[in-house]
Amino acid sequence: MDLAQALLEGNRRALAQALTLVETGGSQARILLGALFAHTGRAHIVGVTGAPGAGKSTLVAALAAHWRRAGRTVGIIAVDPTSPFTRGAILGDRIRMQALSGDPGVFIRSMASRGRLGGIARATGDAIAVLDAAGFDVVLVETVGAGQGEVEIAAAAHTTIVIEIPGAGDDIQAIKAGILEIADLLVVNKADRNGAEQTVRQLRTMLSLADRPADGWTPPVLTAVATRGEGIEAIAAAAEQHLVYLRESGRFTGREQERAARELRLILQETALERVRALVPTSEWDALVAQIVARTLDPYAAANQLLDRALSH
Amino acid sequence: MDRPIRVLIAKPGLDGHDRGAKVIARALRDAGMEVIYTGIQQTPQMIVEAALQEDVDVIGLSILSGAHMTLLPRVMELLRHHGMHDVLVVAGGIISDEDARILKEQHGIAEVYGPGASTHEIVRFIQERCRTRN
Ligand code: B12
Ligand SMILES: Nc1nc2c(ncn2[C@@H]2O[C@H](COP(=O)(O)OP(=O)(O)OP(=O)(O)O)[C@@H](O)[C@H]2O)c(=O)[nH]1
Ligand SMILES: [Mg+2]
Repeated sequence: MDLAQALLEGNRRALAQALTLVETGGSQARILLGALFAHTGRAHIVGVTGAPGAGKSTLVAALAAHWRRAGRTVGIIAVDPTSPFTRGAILGDRIRMQALSGDPGVFIRSMASRGRLGGIARATGDAIAVLDAAGFDVVLVETVGAGQGEVEIAAAAHTTIVIEIPGAGDDIQAIKAGILEIADLLVVNKADRNGAEQTVRQLRTMLSLADRPADGWTPPVLTAVATRGEGIEAIAAAAEQHLVYLRESGRFTGREQERAARELRLILQETALERVRALVPTSEWDALVAQIVARTLDPYAAANQLLDRALSH
Repeated sequence: MDRPIRVLIAKPGLDGHDRGAKVIARALRDAGMEVIYTGIQQTPQMIVEAALQEDVDVIGLSILSGAHMTLLPRVMELLRHHGMHDVLVVAGGIISDEDARILKEQHGIAEVYGPGASTHEIVRFIQERCRTRN
C-alpha cells in the first residue's frame, strides 16, 4: 500500500502510521515527506504554549470545538516531555480533549519530546506537514509546559498563543522575557480566578516595553475560562485576524521563508550525516573517534575530513 | 527497532478506580515506553479511536467495575472492524479467573492481571510480545 496515497485519500490509519514514520525518522520518512510536500502549505498552523497546568490542552480543545462549529477541520499535535532518565513518557493531554472524540473532522496525536528541549519534538515540524497534507484546515500544536525556552514553536507555527494565568504576577518579569517576544496572542486563562485583570494590565505594560519588531502587529491580551468555553470566540477571531495580517503585510512570505530555510538546514544536517555514515565503514569511524579521544585529532578536522571525502565521492 | 513502544492506557465504562491504571502507566513509562493516558469513563469507541490516531503497539485496559464482559469484547470487536489485528491488548483489574479465561480464549485479549500483579512481570510481558513488531 502506498502510504502517501492512502493518507491523501483520507485514510486515518494511514495518517496515523505516517505520523509514526516521520517520528521515527530516516530515509523512508523523508521519501514520504517528499511525496506529501506538494500538498502542504494550506493549513493555518497555531501554536499554544505556556507553563505546566496553565490550561493549554483545555484551550486547544475549546478552540478546536469552536473551529469545528465553524465548519473547519482540525488536526492537533500535543507534545509532552520524555523522561531524560528512562526515555519513557506519559502523554496525558488527551484527557482534556475527550469532547472532540467521535468527530471525523478532528485528529489528535500525542507526541513525546524525545530529548528536545525547545518545547516541541524534533519531528513536530514534520508531523505538522503530514497533517497539513492530510487536508486539515487548522493544525493546533500544544507544546511541553515548561514556562520558558519553548520558543521553537514560534518558528514552526504561523500564529503563537502564549497562555498565562492570574497571579503569576510576581515572577512574571523574570520568566517571561523570551516568551513575550514570540507571542502573537496572549491569553490570561483561568480568568475565573482572582487577579486576572491585574495580570492583563501587567502583560500589556510589559508588551509596550518589550523589544518587539515594529511590524504593525500588537499582540492582543485576552482573557479566557477555557473550562467553560468563555473567551474562546475572541481568541479564535484574533488568531484568524493574525493570519490575515501576516498575509496582507507580506510577513507571511517572510515567515514561510524563515521556516523553509530552517527546514532545509535541518534536513541537510540529517541527510548529510546519514550519507557520510553510509559511506564510511564503522571501523574507520571508530578509528577517528579513537583519535579524537586520544587527542591526536580534533573533531572539527575529523568532520571536515569526512565531508571532503563524501563530497568528492 | 529502537522506536519506543507506544501504549494506550484506558479505563472503559463508568469505573472511577484509576489507581491501578496510573500505577501501570508509570511503570511502563519507567520501562522506557511512551504511554498515552486518556483518563476515566471511556467508551469502547473512544478507546479504539484513540488507539488508531495514536498508532499504538499496545492497549492496556483497566477495569474494576465488573462490566468487563460487555466492554472488553466490544473493544476487541471494534479493533477487528478497523483492521487493527496487530495491536496487543492486555487488561487488568477485578476480573475472575473464569472471565479472564474467556476473554483470552474467545476474545483475543493477550493477558489479564489482577490485584497484586507485579508491574515487572507486566513490563516484561509487553516487551517480550513487542519484540517482533515491525
Ligand atoms: C481504593 C478503592 C476505591 C477508591 C478508588 C480510588 C481511586 N481513585 O482509584 C474509592 C473509595 C473511590 C472506591 C469507590 C468505589 N468502589 Co472501590 N475499591 C477500592 C479497592 C479497595 C482498591 C483498589 C485499588 O486502588 N487498588 C490498588 C491498585 C494499584 O490495584 P488494582 O487497581 O487492582 O491494579 C493492579 C492490578 O489489578 C493490575 N491492573 C489494574 N489495571 C490494569 C491495567 C493494565 C493494562 C494492566 C496490565 C494491569 C492492570 O495491575 C495493578 C498493579 O498490581 C478495591 C478492592 C481491592 N482490593 O481491589 C475496591 C473495589 C474495586 N471497589 C468496589 C466498589 C464496589 C466500589 C464502589 C462502587 C463502592 C460504592 N458503592 O460506592 C465505588 C465506585 C467508584 C467509582 N466511581 O467507580 C469493588 C468492586 C466490585 C466488583 N467489581 O465486583 C471492590 C473490588 C471492593 C469489593 N471487594 O467489593 N473504591
Ligand atoms: N479554574 C479554571 N481551571 C482551568 C481552566 N482551564 C483549565 N483549567 C484546569 O487546569 C488544569 C490543567 O489544565 P490543562 O488543560 O491540562 O493544562 P495544560 O497547560 O495542558 O497542562 P500540561 O499539559 O500538563 O502542561 C485542569 O484541571 C483544568 O481543568 C480555567 O479557565 N479555569
Ligand atoms: Mg496539556
